Amino acid sequence: MTTTPLPEHPDWLWRNPEPRSSYDVVIIGGGGHGLATAYYLAKHHGITNVAVLEKGWLAGGNMARNTTIIRSNYLWDESAAMYERALKLWEQLPEELDYDFLFSQRGVLNLAHTLQDVREGVRRVNANRLNGVDAEWLAPDEVAEVCPILNVSADTRYPVLGGTYQPRAGIAKHDHVAWALARRADEMGVDLIQGCEVTGFLKDGDRVVGVETSRGRILAGRVGLAAAGHSSVLAQRAGFRLPVQSHPLQALVSELHEPVHPTVVMSNHVHVYVSQAHKGELVMGAGVDAYNGYGQRGSFHVIEHQMAAAVELFPVFARAHVLRTWGGIVDVTPDASPIIGTTPIENLYVNCGWGTGGFKATPAAGLTFAHTIATGEPHPLNAPFALERFTTGALVDEHGAAAVAH
Amino acid sequence: MLLITCPWCGPRDETEYHYGGQAHVPYPETPADLDDRQWAEYVFYRDNPKGHFAERWMHGLGCRRWFNVLRDTVSYDVLAVYRLDEPRPELPAPHAPHQTAETAGGNR
Repeated sequence: MTTTPLPEHPDWLWRNPEPRSSYDVVIIGGGGHGLATAYYLAKHHGITNVAVLEKGWLAGGNMARNTTIIRSNYLWDESAAMYERALKLWEQLPEELDYDFLFSQRGVLNLAHTLQDVREGVRRVNANRLNGVDAEWLAPDEVAEVCPILNVSADTRYPVLGGTYQPRAGIAKHDHVAWALARRADEMGVDLIQGCEVTGFLKDGDRVVGVETSRGRILAGRVGLAAAGHSSVLAQRAGFRLPVQSHPLQALVSELHEPVHPTVVMSNHVHVYVSQAHKGELVMGAGVDAYNGYGQRGSFHVIEHQMAAAVELFPVFARAHVLRTWGGIVDVTPDASPIIGTTPIENLYVNCGWGTGGFKATPAAGLTFAHTIATGEPHPLNAPFALERFTTGALVDEHGAAAVAH
Repeated sequence: MLLITCPWCGPRDETEYHYGGQAHVPYPETPADLDDRQWAEYVFYRDNPKGHFAERWMHGLGCRRWFNVLRDTVSYDVLAVYRLDEPRPELPAPHAPHQTAETAGGNR
């Protein structure tokens, strides 16, 4: 691990235009997924008469609140294909966008603490390999080699019995990812409009023809909904339902420390995930709060639980101080997989339901959602993630590989 | 942390309870007549309001009984607690819209 200083970014990254009266495509939500969608609409489909509408400030929602972990070690073929495509895109995006957003492939360990964890982990490693995803099963002493500060002794309440390891996984500097995508989208003509909340939809029968916003009426040939935790609120305004529930997911950081933690460690069983940010903060997350909520804060007992787990796994953290906690609102589906595709409203497309794991998918979510909006048809990668699966029963049950309890 | 008043045991911390999601979702009266779309609605689709929400909670570390809570999903205020055999209390509508622009910072 290095202590690379953060890259300087230009003062001026995108225009701040007034919304025009109409666009070919309006994207609702100026987070990572909305920005990536606009970028790929312009790059792959030549559609540049596009507005991204953000009710707050650019990338200030979940994009600014996540724990920045990137991995593709999902169980099912459909998910592995989507997240592995994302990982391959992450590997080329810094050069493509000409912006060093500090994508650091330091690896991800998913720990096993029970016999069932071990069986699930080994099964997932085999499934990953069959899908061309790099994955290894590590015994406790091998886990300790990857992450020497981890306590792998047998004397803990939930001893580490092994772990899955994906060496190509890692973290990236989330704000810089958003700014990199925003700059390129802006350069290609996309209008990024902040402080613009969508309050309603203009429809002609069952077809969407525009949006009502806090900054006036905007006509649109097609509308893409990429609003994460607020997707169902907007869907209701558009006149259809989504099978998602919004929950607070919180995270925290410590003060800065010298580099001590060389990888990313996740544990489903004692439930904490930890990495060390480039500046030196320990970044930690846990599960969602059980109840529905939009308050962008979580319950204190969740933090207590995750910190107890962190200190047991990493005794060296015992005297670290919490510097800051925050919450994001995640939209959780019944099968813990996203929804990307058409809706009952013609020309209205949805990208939602990423739950606790949307950041890692950002480039593939944008690429496939742009394809769906541009062509009206799913990309092969997002075809399994259509809204219809809740009627047909063809679910993609990723609760295990989602790695966060929800 | 939420403070929820169990109808039988009184006020207890959130950690004593288990969350059960939306209340008032009855099993279909004529299940044999439902098509796939209607089954999907019953099994997978729930309301997800930004504001007042009637939901089920169970006092797992106490009397282990289920009951209903009317709660605001933005402020997290518990507005009413009522038993399963009681109707949803009438309350004035929440002041809409909530939080048009997010006020929390949280940038890191």
